Amino acid sequence: MSSAATGTTDTLTPVLTAGWADERSWTLDAYARRGGYAALDKAFAMGPDAVIEAVKDSGLRGRGGAGFPTGMKWSFIPQENPNPKYLVVNADESEPGTCKDIPLMMASPHTLVEGVILSSFAIRAHTAFIYIRGEVLHVIRRVQAAVAEAYAAGHLGRDIHGSGYDLDVVVHAGAGAYICGEETALLEGLEGRRGQPRLRPPFPAVAGLYASPTVINNVESISSVPSIIANGAEWFSSMGTEKSKGFGIFSLSGHVQRPGQYEAPLGITLRQLIDLAGGIRQKPDGQGHELKFWTPGGSSTPLLTAEHLDVPLDFEGVGAAGSMLGTRALQIFDETVCVVRAVLRWTEFYKHESCGKCTPCREGTWWLVQTLARLEKGQGSEADLDLLLDQCDNILGRSFCALGDGATSPISSSIKYFREEYLAHLTHGGCPFDPAASTAWADRTVGATA
Amino acid sequence: MGTKLNHESLAELREIAARYPQPRSGLLPMLHLVQSVEGRITPEGIEACADVLGISAAEVSGVATFYTMYKRKPVGDYHVGVCTNTLCAVMGGDEIFARLKDHLDVGNDETTADGKVTLEHLECNAACDYAPVMMVNWEFVDNQTPESAVQLVDDLRAGNEVRSTRGPRICTWREAARVLAGFPDGRADEGPGAGPASLVGLGIATERGWSAPDADRADRADGSTDHPVAEEPRQEAAATADAGTKEAEAAVVEKESPTTGTAAEKGDAR
Repeated sequence: MSSAATGTTDTLTPVLTAGWADERSWTLDAYARRGGYAALDKAFAMGPDAVIEAVKDSGLRGRGGAGFPTGMKWSFIPQENPNPKYLVVNADESEPGTCKDIPLMMASPHTLVEGVILSSFAIRAHTAFIYIRGEVLHVIRRVQAAVAEAYAAGHLGRDIHGSGYDLDVVVHAGAGAYICGEETALLEGLEGRRGQPRLRPPFPAVAGLYASPTVINNVESISSVPSIIANGAEWFSSMGTEKSKGFGIFSLSGHVQRPGQYEAPLGITLRQLIDLAGGIRQKPDGQGHELKFWTPGGSSTPLLTAEHLDVPLDFEGVGAAGSMLGTRALQIFDETVCVVRAVLRWTEFYKHESCGKCTPCREGTWWLVQTLARLEKGQGSEADLDLLLDQCDNILGRSFCALGDGATSPISSSIKYFREEYLAHLTHGGCPFDPAASTAWADRTVGATA
Repeated sequence: MGTKLNHESLAELREIAARYPQPRSGLLPMLHLVQSVEGRITPEGIEACADVLGISAAEVSGVATFYTMYKRKPVGDYHVGVCTNTLCAVMGGDEIFARLKDHLDVGNDETTADGKVTLEHLECNAACDYAPVMMVNWEFVDNQTPESAVQLVDDLRAGNEVRSTRGPRICTWREAARVLAGFPDGRADEGPGAGPASLVGLGIATERGWSAPDADRADRADGSTDHPVAEEPRQEAAATADAGTKEAEAAVVEKESPTTGTAAEKGDAR
């Protein structure tokens, strides 16, 4: 039972995830059984501006990381502009640790499609694109099938539900480029070009796809819209915290007993989530491992530690703790993990994914890897830590887009919290950790993997 | 030498371009189609795309070399990826990748002598709650160990049927590329809706009777209602609506994958 009557909200609030366990959950039949697509007629009766107002009033903020108010973003579309308006769904989920949109589209693609229709109607777009990263074949199948089903049922195409509103949706598969999660790089990819970010302004709201007014929203943001229209803005904003309204999917991965997706009001703490997940993983003798460090929202958000277990996981709370809520990608690492190894690997990732457009990121991420790799082998000196921070200083705020900024997050935060561990590599002449101790099978199959 | 791109393929390339308001938008899926026919990105495939779109081969080449899923060397029937981004690496991805290199006697991005398996280490594939994760032809193979990985590639090489842990029977790499080009293969209904980790939170909520609040007049709070409610939502000042428009525009940086905020926000956060 919901506890709305008592004025409190339950610890977990499945909305987007509610139908995931249903029989053939990905089909139109299953979605319709839960009242799917009923919000369309309501929205058509409200009119586009009222839909925008409802989303504004709900307090929904972008679920792709930046947390920008979704309704406000929509209201930036200049309706007097004679060009067509476009909606583009950013389904290029690839921030390390982030794994919420992919299961959503696999289990309940119609939630996204209904959200696309409502959102397109609101901004008066007649063509929408769903840009899905190419490396998730079955998810692409499911979204393709959902769009086809929606056309066949009259939820897409001409004169939807007799409203006079037309909408076409194109499912577009990417081809492997983390940078395309950056919204202007994504537009480049969608225009058939190398995925390199564009200078802003002009912002996509004014000159986006084909230089026309374009809204780009994350999968989870768009998928939240049907519930807001169906249940009301007040319903949505009754969950969450003062400035971070509503629910979100929290993705726990790594060294917890039960990694997975937990949908909860914004503001839940990692302590609560780890408790629900059965705690940090245990050894066979029942002894617990300990939380060492974690990312609140993917690898581009500064690391936090056990001292931050009670930080409210909303935009303001995590910001005040020196990091960012990001995509609620909670990667949990226990005491067996070498933070230098972890950070080096992320840094190699940023170097690999740097699009090469700007010098601070292209060259900077290369130098970060050089410096870190030397330290990891125990070959550097303490001065290399200052060198790293100096390199970070020359990237943060100076790169063309936020990829470069994100690359500095794990480095500066890990030096802040684990300086001694970096130095231990120097005194030890290499990494003092045993990588085998961190593996998923370390505690359960000792000796069996040799 | 001879390209396998025939009239039918050219017609399909045109069909892809026609899906978009501007044809060039079709280039990424068109290159997927080239791979499905040719087994890789060939010079002929690049020329064909350039012809269909009326752009230069250099422009197409520039795109084909930017994205990692496009391969210039022939790929085996099965592209086997091992995630070695931090979380999967730590959870065992590094050990799995090392074991497979040794077992298959290939390096990164190399193909076995029998042409069956191409091995590559991957960046995060958005399945971290199933770490360590592998992908075969971009289908999820979750919660792997070095032993299960060896068994997997042995089965693939022997021609045994292999199923994704969260998806269908594994098709060939070329067949997969065709789906990416936007030509469905009719297998969307295979496999489960969600894997076990995806359902953990929902399971706990069900067990404990937790749910989102009931909406006024709505039967269920799962984003749906059987009774479309006529009344418009009450106007309520959004907590976040106080930012000036100009400032707010400057902050429109929804940067989903790469990162999560502006440099300024991060500076403040420190």
